[in-house]
Amino acid sequence: MTAYTATVTVRLKHGVLDPEAETTKQALERLGFDLEGLRSADRFEVDLEAESADAASERASEMAERLLANPTIHDYDVEVDER
Amino acid sequence: MTVSIIRFGGSNCDRDAERALAHLGIDAEIVWHEDGLPAETSGIVLPGGFSYGDYLRAGAMAARSPIMNEVREAAADGTPVLGVCNGAQVGCESGLTEGAFTTNESARFQCEHVYLRIERDDTPWTAAYEEGDVIEVPIAHGEGRYEVDDDRLAELEDEGRVLFRYCDEDGETGPDANPNGSKHNVAGVLGEREHVAVLMPHPERATLPDVGGTDGQGILRGFETAATGAE
Repeated sequence: MTAYTATVTVRLKHGVLDPEAETTKQALERLGFDLEGLRSADRFEVDLEAESADAASERASEMAERLLANPTIHDYDVEVDER
Repeated sequence: MTVSIIRFGGSNCDRDAERALAHLGIDAEIVWHEDGLPAETSGIVLPGGFSYGDYLRAGAMAARSPIMNEVREAAADGTPVLGVCNGAQVGCESGLTEGAFTTNESARFQCEHVYLRIERDDTPWTAAYEEGDVIEVPIAHGEGRYEVDDDRLAELEDEGRVLFRYCDEDGETGPDANPNGSKHNVAGVLGEREHVAVLMPHPERATLPDVGGTDGQGILRGFETAATGAE
């Protein structure tokens, strides 16, 4: 078994309104920053032990499918690194 | 018959629901989620509140608590289930109903009275009304914007699964009458079968005459209607 950290990033699907990101963008503009767009995402870092990087990735993907993301509104991706 | 009102950590409309149902003469009791569903349960309320502090997403944690397996089984066996506000979020997160209730377009918590248009009157929850009726009920939520992909929403509409839409006093469902940016003004939907429904507005807060408005009574009477089979 090898120790991995699986990083799960959960984002709103393209086209789904993100009022918090829009509010954040407006606040940055009020501070004088020049920007064209802003998207927010949730990032989860999961420490786990697995037989292989693929196995770790598969387990983290299932976590995303079953809890971390809501497939109705979210896309997600998983990156795995040895730790 | 006894309606079980499931209390999660952070539920706060469980007692409102109990009092409102009692006012209508419907027997109801609050059930702590860890205690499981009582055998005599003849109906289920998923009440409003902020279960698990809205951690991760509103309703996400409660939707995955063990009692929800029992709720899904009961729903499959025909037990009527009504999800209100946080209960609606739990309902969608648990797969009892489709779509998601997410951050209001305003990005703010909104507590106000709204009008709802009854889209169908042939379900237990709306049998007390006529199709097209306009009722006044309160909302109190930060994450009530109904979201589902456009194709699926069209299918749900074709299947008659949109039960309530936000509207103005005259029943018009324009953008001005949409408090939270919900797609197609959707305020409440049915599950696969008509005895499962969720909505963001609070019928239990529009039931007792002394707290302003009784338009929500008919929705709660759905528990009686479902029990007598008069759909």
